[in-house]
Amino acid sequence: MAAAGARWNHVWVGTETGILKGVNLQRKQAANFTAAEQPRREEAVSALCWGAGGETQILVGCADRTVRYFSTEEGRFQGQKHCPGGEGTFRGLAQVDGTLITCVESGIIHVWHNNDKEASFDPLLELSVGPGVCRMRQDPAHPHMVATGGKENALKVWDLQGSEEPVFRAKNVRNDWLDLRVPIWDQDIQFLPGSQKLVTCTGYHQIRVYDPASPQRRPVLEATYGEYPLTAMTLTPGANSVIVGNTHGQLAEIDLRQGRLLGCLKGLAGSVRGLQCHPSKPLLASCGLDRVLRVHRIRNPRGLEHKDEPQEPQEAKKALPEDTETDELWASLEAAAKRKLPDLEPTQGALQTRRRKKKRPGSTSP
Amino acid sequence: MAKAGDKSGSRGKKSLKRKATAEEPQEAAAAEDGAPESGVQLPKAAAFPPGFSISEIKNKQRRHLMFTRWKQQQRKEKLAIKKKLKKEREALGDKAPPKPIPKTIDNQRVYDETVVDPNDEEVAYDEATDEFASYFNRQTSPKILITTSDRPHGRTVRLCEQLSTVIPNSHVYYRRGLALKKIIPQCISRDFTDLIVINEDRKTPNGLILSHLPNGPTAHFKMSSVRLRKEIKRRGKDPTEHIPEIILNNFTTRLGHSVGRMFASLFPHNPQFIGRQVATFHNQRDYIFFRFHRYIFKSEKKVGIQELGPRFTLKLRSLQKGTFDSKYGEYEWVHKPREMDTSRRKFHL
Repeated sequence: MAAAGARWNHVWVGTETGILKGVNLQRKQAANFTAAEQPRREEAVSALCWGAGGETQILVGCADRTVRYFSTEEGRFQGQKHCPGGEGTFRGLAQVDGTLITCVESGIIHVWHNNDKEASFDPLLELSVGPGVCRMRQDPAHPHMVATGGKENALKVWDLQGSEEPVFRAKNVRNDWLDLRVPIWDQDIQFLPGSQKLVTCTGYHQIRVYDPASPQRRPVLEATYGEYPLTAMTLTPGANSVIVGNTHGQLAEIDLRQGRLLGCLKGLAGSVRGLQCHPSKPLLASCGLDRVLRVHRIRNPRGLEHKDEPQEPQEAKKALPEDTETDELWASLEAAAKRKLPDLEPTQGALQTRRRKKKRPGSTSP
Repeated sequence: MAKAGDKSGSRGKKSLKRKATAEEPQEAAAAEDGAPESGVQLPKAAAFPPGFSISEIKNKQRRHLMFTRWKQQQRKEKLAIKKKLKKEREALGDKAPPKPIPKTIDNQRVYDETVVDPNDEEVAYDEATDEFASYFNRQTSPKILITTSDRPHGRTVRLCEQLSTVIPNSHVYYRRGLALKKIIPQCISRDFTDLIVINEDRKTPNGLILSHLPNGPTAHFKMSSVRLRKEIKRRGKDPTEHIPEIILNNFTTRLGHSVGRMFASLFPHNPQFIGRQVATFHNQRDYIFFRFHRYIFKSEKKVGIQELGPRFTLKLRSLQKGTFDSKYGEYEWVHKPREMDTSRRKFHL
């Protein structure tokens, strides 16, 4: 466990054994962080999100219903909070204004005081969404709005400061050509920036766009990809397309303006559990059940950039920090021995931040 | 020009052996510079224009002749080189450099980052707490259900029977057209730990689904090269009821570890050495060879083995987390031929 200098990790990955891994793409190293000294299966990471104050804190939701606070500055877990109520693992974590929002599989959303300690046990707000929730996502533009969806649980957008009724409740599409009801299984939800629209990907290999601003409660756009359940989704920079992954490890970029397939990314062999795009650069990090973290380049040209094999079943979520502008600095510090990523340097032209050089202890997995 | 040149060249080289046709002596008379007379004994160096290759000769017979001659020459040169090397080696005696190791696909295997380091703690922890942990901790002992796809033919039925003699505590049931998803909850309630389904196509078994219960991984294999007991030459008598030992060879990567543990959990943890029977799962180049032998130690270093039991080859197609659910299940590893089979030296197990 590294004592300090955990901030230079570019991608954070949570695993099924409860270890939080920070991967430094420039140095191609992974560092393990555990709360207790030994990894434990009960602490399997099921949700990750950034904490308050920029990107200095990570909230880790574990399978034993505790949320652990991890500080990237200090490189260690600072505290934890037990969140009882409802059944199942965490399906969504968010934080706003000093409060913590959690959603569990049985459909209970709790809003807790975010004070890092086990002190307060009572949630500020409790909301029941319906059973079988697969994902809860917070709107980055309006932090008090959350969307939930799941198996046989239609997409609903809730305003936590408003009433107990959802702001938007999606309607199922019409019966299909055999006049059978189309089943619902929303696996992942994303809010589209710049408008009120939402995108969902379903377990029945559909990608749907909903627009709460329009009077139509049915999806505005529907596209299908493949024949296997889609498990993860992320928006690309530019927000005209999404990248989805399914249980066979196939990644595809779908254009949201026309519902067309733009292209696929190859490399993954197992079910995709987490996808995250960089906010500005065309880089995508993907992890899955095949225990490998991959960084892909989405365009010019589309391909694999980096592969990291931490040997652990990887789950959910990564959080991709913004401070990869420091790559320029690192590139100059690195000896020629390490393999350089040639594509990162030309994209760096603009920002040349001169940060105070921090002496990094060599962080390798223990 | 080239044609005349090479005709004369061929005549020049083999003038003694070739059946002279009528035109030859006339062409000799009208030969160009550098063309020898037909009666010359010593073969003159063929005057081919530069950049000439044997494949440009249009006449098939002559082309074939030139080629065989070239081949003979190559062989002679190769033999000469070998002899020279051997002589040098003998001359050097003890100081001769060690013989170079021939390159094989196995020893040219590309470096695989997923090969498990025996000291890796994360992997050790992962394996200590995965779905097979209860077997390796001696808390559960295996109980296997063997079945086939619907309406199996003779070979598959006999393979199932023979497999059930090889795997202790296994039961064969006829698949009456039942769905696997309905069979699995019933198996779990009757305390079965594994389910083996042998798939059949056109009267031969060609696939194997191995599903660990209650919620363990499901592996799907392609099965080939199936030999039943009566087709095995020089085999021993039928296997006894003793619990066999197991050999798992060459499962080095993380995926290989998972698959190896799946196979190991089919057999009870306490082999009876009195029975002298051993089941081997040998992985080579992603193909898993299953053999069942009886051994006897003739002396400390010499063993005699008799092959009993069926023999088949497996190739992993997919490893799925959870019990059998091919449509909605999550896959830990799927074999994708166009992405994974691009290099002949890369293997996954």
